[in-house]
Formats: sequence, structure tokens, C-alpha cells
Amino acid sequence: MQPITLHSFDGGIHPQENKHQSTQRAIVALPLPAQLIVPVGQHIGAPADVIVSIGDTVLKGQDIAHPKGFVSAAIHAPTSGKVVAIEQRELPHSSGLEGTCVIIDSDGQDQWLEEIANGSQGINDYLDADNDVLIKRIRDCGITGMGGAGFPTSVKMAVKGKQIDTLVINAAECEPYITSDDMLMRERALEAIRGIQILMKLTAADNCLIGIEDNKPEAIKAMEDALHKVHGEHHITVVTIPTKYPSGGEKQLIKILTGKEVPSGGIPASIGIVCQNIGTCEAIYRAIAEGKPLISRITTITGDSVEQPQNVEVLIGTPVKHLLEFAGFKQEKSLFQKLLGTESKPRIIMGGPMMGFTLSNDELPILKSSNCVLAPSQKELPANDIASECIRCGLCTEACPADLLPQQLYWFSKAGELDKAEQHNIADCIECGACSYVCPSQIPLVQYYRHTKGSIKTERAAQDKSNRSKVRFEARQDRLDREAAEKEAKRQARAAAAEKAQAAKKAAAAKAAEEAAKNGDSPATEASAKPEPVDLEKLQKQLSAAQAGLKKSMDKVAEIKAGEAEAAESEKLEVFEKAVATRRDKVKLLAQQVAEAKKAMPPVKKEVSREDIEKKLRAQQDRIEKSQQRLQLAQEQGLDTLPALQKGLDKQMQKLKELEADLAQFDKAGV
Amino acid sequence: MSSILIAILLLATLALIFGAILGFAAVRFKVEGNPIVDQIDNLLPQTQCGQCSYPGCKPYAEAIAGGEKINKCPPGGESTIIALADLLGVEPEPLDAEHGAESAVPMVALIREDECIGCTKCIQACPIDAIMGAAKQMHTVIADECTGCDLCVEPCPVDCIDMVPIETTVQNWHWDKPDNLIATSKEAH
Repeated sequence: MQPITLHSFDGGIHPQENKHQSTQRAIVALPLPAQLIVPVGQHIGAPADVIVSIGDTVLKGQDIAHPKGFVSAAIHAPTSGKVVAIEQRELPHSSGLEGTCVIIDSDGQDQWLEEIANGSQGINDYLDADNDVLIKRIRDCGITGMGGAGFPTSVKMAVKGKQIDTLVINAAECEPYITSDDMLMRERALEAIRGIQILMKLTAADNCLIGIEDNKPEAIKAMEDALHKVHGEHHITVVTIPTKYPSGGEKQLIKILTGKEVPSGGIPASIGIVCQNIGTCEAIYRAIAEGKPLISRITTITGDSVEQPQNVEVLIGTPVKHLLEFAGFKQEKSLFQKLLGTESKPRIIMGGPMMGFTLSNDELPILKSSNCVLAPSQKELPANDIASECIRCGLCTEACPADLLPQQLYWFSKAGELDKAEQHNIADCIECGACSYVCPSQIPLVQYYRHTKGSIKTERAAQDKSNRSKVRFEARQDRLDREAAEKEAKRQARAAAAEKAQAAKKAAAAKAAEEAAKNGDSPATEASAKPEPVDLEKLQKQLSAAQAGLKKSMDKVAEIKAGEAEAAESEKLEVFEKAVATRRDKVKLLAQQVAEAKKAMPPVKKEVSREDIEKKLRAQQDRIEKSQQRLQLAQEQGLDTLPALQKGLDKQMQKLKELEADLAQFDKAGV
Repeated sequence: MSSILIAILLLATLALIFGAILGFAAVRFKVEGNPIVDQIDNLLPQTQCGQCSYPGCKPYAEAIAGGEKINKCPPGGESTIIALADLLGVEPEPLDAEHGAESAVPMVALIREDECIGCTKCIQACPIDAIMGAAKQMHTVIADECTGCDLCVEPCPVDCIDMVPIETTVQNWHWDKPDNLIATSKEAH
């Protein structure tokens, strides 16, 4: 095979590595904790749907949550035991927000699910198996990227129609302190290589490059030895790359190994590359060949305040506290920090010193993507000093591995100029922290960028929503217009029909009159003499409107007379008095008309039946009963909706009374 | 004498030619509607809440194009006023308090479903058809589409609609801006 020409990316830094502390001992399995806290949203995408309930007994490897939607991953019970709670708990996440967690009390047996224990779930001839079967298995086993972001692997592998020529395996592990991939390669190189073979089969890649930094000679040797053991042509090459942070960034590693750059805003697949973490490869092998879901991982526990820094195989969901105790955490050595509103606590970091985040407490669980727990001492990681003003030294620009202008981005972020930050490609920032590391003013640059990126995302979502609302509003407006037009058309059609009928009637009457005249009978004027039917309802409405108007005018006059009104209005006293007079006349006239109309009209027969009213009455009673219950509940719990509920109840009572009166009237009329 | 005549003739001919071209362009490239209205409409938040006293964002955009003030949109708040001022080249003004205050957090309507009597009044009130339901059937708000305009709250006869703030989850959370501290403000620490 021809030698690989290495490339380099711009920028980067060389922080103190601090990796040797945790590579002195072999990987050990962490003793079983008494309780496991398994969050169902550990990955990028939608949290999984819990399928167990409280009190269920689960076995090791049993699935407890199903993926919801395409970008999601399954969650499995890390050990055998009993589900004691399914509740909202704080997640190990920079936000400190809560998410659904399944709490499992371990029974100490650590008993595997029968079909996994007897190995019947494993696919032995995986290199000849169907791709869809393999991808389904990867999805069922809940495999997600183990390097940090936690992207569901089955989604990444399902890039159809994209020609992949190179598979890049990320084993650079460039962040200080973290050694979990290093130890994994030393001890489980063959499994990892087999996982890579599966990935090569799935992606149909022509070759595979494993990028390992040159500060891990043992791992490089172990991987090369394992490669020798693989039979046949494999096209897998272990590439030693110079140690520089952040060479383990996906885009940076691709640049180093292939010289190609992933376009801004694009994914590696767009240039024919798929990148996977080495730990993920090992997990894939276990899932395919042994049928074991992702329920444990190798995590580095390190830092000067633990007695024995090392790598441990830890079950997902194990509280960090358990891990710290195992490694001999000494609080007195630890770096204390004061979180807002709490007492000073030892600072525990999940992840490395560059990209990790501080945990708010040590009860939080290990996730599929937790590669390191760092408990630094005061000397190791001095507390953040307060930032000084930017002195425009430009060191950040030299350090940026993504060729951005961190200083410009800082100004834009500080001023909230999102559009300018976007024009300067803030979306390409990988948040590696190199700029903050070199900043002599100790400005928390990455936090500014994270904030700005989040704000841009939020703003874009709002813009999307507003566009949708606009479309919906316009669609509704169109619909209303159309309905109104249809109504109008119908009304006109009815009017035309009525006119026609009227005309026909008139014509018939005229004809009849003519005939009658011809016959010499007395002129029949019956039809024309009939008075027009008076619309009683309309008259009544007019009357009440006129009465209201009268009252208003009278009030005004009274007001003016009492001297309460404004001066400008007082001058119009005459006008108002005149209005009162005319309105009074109108009311009188209308009242007379109404009385006449009432006399003329035959007594109206009620169309409603007694049953109808009774039905309404019953419904109202039910409603009141419900409201009373709710009111009582609110009283018991002291809710602040109490006055609103009381008001509603009063209204309902009034309605009930009205209905009862209706019923009584009906009965009277009936009798 | 003849040179003056030639000049006049030439200019007249040119004027005729350009007049014809302009006249043709005016007919051929006629723009339907007022393009500025669409630009203004794009800047408005599309909550269709009517707090500006116009029946929706588009009518308000039309009114702004006709000279109405730009500070009558509480859901859009200061950022919308600034964007409108930028677009129209006028001075930004503070939000007109008469039309309501800018809400600090985005809200959505939530129907307490066991109390809903299925009267469809809220459905008719919703300007963007974001409430599902039918007569005498329970109604529900499509939370993803709801703009939080609260027009459905008032018509509800049983008062079972609440305006609740949109919850922050791990999925939509983002980092806060760092405290703007500098070395000279150390006592703040």
C-alpha cells in the first residue's frame, strides 16, 4: 500500500497532555452500583419512549425504551433489577435541565437476558450478512457515537445513494487527560478492527484510515498487531499523526488524513467520507457479533484529586459518585468552586478540560458519550479569573483550527449582531476552546460563541414558525372569503328564486283578476288588501335598541345638569335634550308598532319540546356538579384559580335558574 | 440656425424613443401589489394577534406602508421596531404601551381538555387555524403552530384555556451570554 501523505490544519494548540496518569493500570470493571439512573435522551435527536413501568423486573440488556422517530436510539437496562421510578431527573448536560430517567435498583445478580447470554443474538457471518439486517441490529442495540456528541450510528450508516470512498476512524483522542480510546485500543484492538470491517462493509468504502496521535505508541502497536491477524485484504491503515489539539475534531482529522476539507455547513459524506470514533467500532462489533446492546463503556477517571487515576468499564447510568469513590476521590485536594446560589463544592468535570462541562452534583449518571470524569486539584486547573478587556493580540486567530476570526466573532457576539456573526461563519466553530485557551485576557470566548450559535438557531426557528403562521393565516383568510362568497351566491340564488315565484304569483293573480273581470264578478282585491306580515322580532330588536339609546341620552342630560360633564359637552345640552325628545318619540312609535304586531300575530307555538328543556337542565346540573367538585379541589389545594372557578360556577347557576324558569313557563303555557 | 434645428430634432427623437421604452417597460414589467408591504410583512412576527388594532399582520403591514407608526407590535417588540426602522429609514421609537407590553417569554395556549365542552368558539377565534376539534368534541391546540396570540382565551365560555410559557428542554436550550465582567469590576465576583 502506498504511504499516506499527511496534511495539517491551521491553528491548534499544544496543552499539557496529562495522559500518563490514567494509563498505568489495565481496564477494570467497576463494581455494580446499588442504583442506576438511565436517562432516555442520551443522544442527539428525540428522547426514546419508555416501554417499562414502575415495579417491572428487568434483565441486563433488556430494552427499556424504544427509539422515537428516525434520529433516535434505543436504551437498555445496564444490569438486572427492578424499575423503581420513572421520573424527571437532572441530566449530566451543560444546561442542568431535567429529563426523563428510568431508575433501576440493581439486584446484584447482573443477569443477562436469556437470548443474549446464550449467544443466539450474535451474527457470526456478519461480513456476509445483509446490510439492512446489520443496520437494524445497530439501531436495536442503541449504538450512538461514543466520542462525545452521541449521534445515533444507524442514522449515520444509512446514508444511501452517497458514494463513500474513505472510512475515517477517529482514534486521535487529542484532548488532555482522556485515555479511554487509548486503553481500548491497547486491550481490545481486535474487536475494534472487526467493528471497522463491519463499517467498511456497510459503507462500501474503498479504504479505511485510522488516525492515532503519536503520543499513544502502545495503542498504535496494538492496532498494527491486530491488523496482522486479520486474514485477507482489508484496506485498513493505521496512520500516526502528530499530536496537536484538536486533531480529533472530525473536520480536522479528515483534513490531516486526506487533505480534503468538509465544506462549510456540509457533512463528511458530501465529500465521500464517513467518520466514526474507535469506541463506537468496538461497540458495533459487540452488538453484531455478540448481540450485546450498548450498556457499558470505558471511561477515564482522572485528575489530581483522585488517588488512582485509571480507566474503568462502567455501566451506563452509574452515578459519578460511585466512580469517584472507586478511584479514591479526596475532597480536600479538590478544586472547589462556588456555583451560583450554592455552597462551595468540589469541581467535577464530565469530559476533558477543554470541552467538558462542570457537573452540578456527583449524583448524575454516566452516559453513552461520557468518555472522562475529571476531578482536578486546585493546582491543576486554576479557577477561572475574571476576564479582562480584549487587547486585540490576535492569538485566538492563530489558534483557531477552523480558520475563523475569533476576535470578530467575539465582538459580534458581545453586541448581539447575529447576522454579522453568521456571515463570519460562526456555524463552523467546533467549540474546541483553543481560542479561550490562548486568550491572555481570559475571555470566555467559546461561551460567547455557544450563546450566539444558540441564539441564531432560536431566531431561525422563530422565523420558520412565523413563515408557517403567515401561510396558515393567509389560507384561513382565503377560506373565510370563499365561504362568504359561497354564502352570498346562495343568498342571491334564493332571492332570485323568491322574486321569480313572486312574479309568477303576481302574474297568476293578475290573470285571475282579469278573468274575474271578464266574468263580471266584483273586483277581488283580497290579495292586495292582505297586510304585509310584520317581523315582530325585528321590531322588538329595534325597540330595545331605541330604548338603550334613549337611556344613554337621558343619562348624558342628567350628567350635564349635575355639572359632572366636561365644559365642551355642557354647551351641547340643548342638542342632547333634543335628542332625548326625538328618541322618546321613536320609542313610543316602536312600542305601538310592537303592540300592534303582537295583536296581529297568532300566538306562537313553542317549537321546543319539554324534553329538550329537561335535557338542557340535566346537562347544566351535571356541569354545575363538576364545577363544584373542581372548586372544592381548588380550595383544598389552595390554587389561585379559585376566583375564576367561583365566577364560572355563579354563571352556570344563573343559567340553571334561567332554564328552570323556562321550564316553568313552558309548563304554564302547556296547561 | 440649422444646427439648432438639428439639436432640437435630435433631442425630440431621443425623448420619443426613451418615452416609448419607458412606456413599454411600465406595461411589461408592471408589479402587482406593493412590494414594500411584503417586505414589512416579512419583518412582522406573524402572530396575527391584532394587538396593533389591525386584523392581522398583513393589514398592519399595509397600514405601515401607508404611513402608520411602526411601534404598535408588542409580540415583535424592540427588535421588530428596529428592523422596521432600518427598512423604512425612519427613527426607531419605543413600543407604544397602549397596545400592550412585550412578553418576556414566548407563550402557547393550552386547553385543559377535560373541562372543554366543545363549543368551537376558540376554533373560530384562532387566526391561524391552530386549534383542532369539532362541535361537542374536545378541542386541542397544535402547540407547534400556536403563536401565543391569546385570542382564543377570551371567547372560551368555561375558561379552560391557559397561556403557558414554552418549556425549555435539553433540545431547545442554549448557552447564556457570559457575564460581562472585566477586571475592574472584580468586586462583583
